[in-house]
Amino acid sequence: MNAVQIVIQGALLGGLYALFAIGLSLSFGIMRLVNIAHGDLIVLSAYVGLMVINATGMHPIASLVVVMPVMFCLGYLLQRGLLNQTLSGGLLPPLLVTFGLSVIIENVLLEAFGADNRRLQAGALETQSIAVGGIAIGVYPLIVFATAVAAIAGLQLLFYRTALGRAFRATSDDAETAELMGIDNRHLYGLGLAIAMIFTALAGVLMAIRTNFDPAAGPIRLIFAFEAVIIGGLGSLWGTLLGGMVLGIAQAIGAALSPTWQILAGHIAFLIILIVRPSGFFPRTRD
Amino acid sequence: MTAFKVERATRESRAFAVVLVAVVVVLATLPYWGDSGTMRLVSEMAYYLALAQLWNLLAGYAGLVSVGQQAFVGIGGYTLFYLSSQFGVHPLFALALAAPVCVVMSLPMALLVFRLRGAYFAIGTWVLAEALQLCVSLITPLGAGSGMSLTPAIVREIAPDRAGREIIVYWISLAIVVAVCATVYLLLRSKHGLALTAIRDSERASESLGVDTYRTKLLIYVVTAAATGVVGAFIFLQKLRLSPEAGFSINDWTVVVIFMVVIGGIGTLEGPIIGMLVYFALREVLADYGTWYLILLGVVAVVIMLRAREGIWGLVAQRFNLHLFSVRRYLTR
Repeated sequence: MNAVQIVIQGALLGGLYALFAIGLSLSFGIMRLVNIAHGDLIVLSAYVGLMVINATGMHPIASLVVVMPVMFCLGYLLQRGLLNQTLSGGLLPPLLVTFGLSVIIENVLLEAFGADNRRLQAGALETQSIAVGGIAIGVYPLIVFATAVAAIAGLQLLFYRTALGRAFRATSDDAETAELMGIDNRHLYGLGLAIAMIFTALAGVLMAIRTNFDPAAGPIRLIFAFEAVIIGGLGSLWGTLLGGMVLGIAQAIGAALSPTWQILAGHIAFLIILIVRPSGFFPRTRD
Repeated sequence: MTAFKVERATRESRAFAVVLVAVVVVLATLPYWGDSGTMRLVSEMAYYLALAQLWNLLAGYAGLVSVGQQAFVGIGGYTLFYLSSQFGVHPLFALALAAPVCVVMSLPMALLVFRLRGAYFAIGTWVLAEALQLCVSLITPLGAGSGMSLTPAIVREIAPDRAGREIIVYWISLAIVVAVCATVYLLLRSKHGLALTAIRDSERASESLGVDTYRTKLLIYVVTAAATGVVGAFIFLQKLRLSPEAGFSINDWTVVVIFMVVIGGIGTLEGPIIGMLVYFALREVLADYGTWYLILLGVVAVVIMLRAREGIWGLVAQRFNLHLFSVRRYLTR
């Protein structure tokens, strides 16, 4: 495998990592909430997809029609029922509540589905590839990458062209003043996590077609999402895509050296960027 | 003119100190009247209390919510195993050397993770611990992925026979927990403790009053790293086997510890003790239910964070105005 191919594969893998990161980035951007359970919610989405497919025999991609609304509702309920109560009173409550949630989701999934590795079967789509100038590019990774680009473009439109987006930005800048202007923050935060969960659902199902997953697969996804967010710069969605690509390329190079180096190479790239550019490539928000 | 005095101890805290000394003395005589199963349980409780007290100091006082303390448990364990098997260092001396090794390791680590704030700091420490685990599983002299064992020859250096070894290991666990609790207690009574309590209550306000928050936090990070390393070395001295997954296990050395502190009451010295006792009681009752027991722990921790942020001890302290450790200052005439 030549160098160009490794870089292209890594960059396309970065699209999946950007999808992981969007949900994390949105909840931080809107609610200032760092959701430790984010990785487990990605894996939960994959299991919801698995249930839908088992029940209906749908194609995994088609199952998103069900999984995304389900996770949307779950996100709204989770934020209004639980997480809104943690937002006053400093750093510890949101951190520890989502941390507890992470352990709960992981163990409930373990109890419900067992520890077996699962995968969503997408048929021929998994193996097709197109050749560009002598380099084979997988169709599926390309679709995932295009989805990430479309997702971010869509979110940019939502944030900068709609009334809802304006409300999100206003609350993010100054929650109290936004409330004075008639915005119901509790409802808005509910919508914030609900929208974040649409992308979490997307990430979960697309991940589950590409790799095996099990109930304990969440934390490492949280870490990938986090690394992509920090590399890209807090609060910048296009930065997050770039962060995902940097992470994906680093992992692809590591994997090419030796399979045991894949994940470690990603961590090392993240740590190097933390040293040389602690606020990432495109920092937008300051906390 | 009336002269005011600053008092540290209260009547309750003096009484509690006596009780505490009595408990330690009774536990120290356990080898003469208890069986080895009880000794193992007590020493497990001891090292978990030490870990909980250290995490509480870090998160509850210095506001450094780390979910990567398993890094130092692992480093401590590997320090013991590597030094004693490669260089023939006496295992108990190697155990003590875990402290300086962790200090040296924690400084560059702090430099990295201190660039991140709040919750991102938490995930950053986790990434570091993961990276360390992956590194260790690539290093052949450390046994790579399959890990290391303490050979019988090394173990015999502690004491020639099994019974003697069990007693010494048990006493070491008591010594470690007493030392850790005493260190945390004395640290909180020192001027650093005053700074820490101020940081706990409001980081910005303490900064404006001249507290060097960066240096205070760095000090706490390094001190807890060193002590966590010694506890880690002890844990694997008892287990005799160490692998990257076991040494750097986030579930065993951080998740459980966080639950203890949150349930007992974060930001107090009494909280981790209560939390540790509650944890072991729950574990005894629910051990057969496997995952349900972790789910229940998670639910309890979430409910406590939402409904009673100060934990079980916070409720008791508020209800009865009770403070058993004299880390506060009272103004009296």
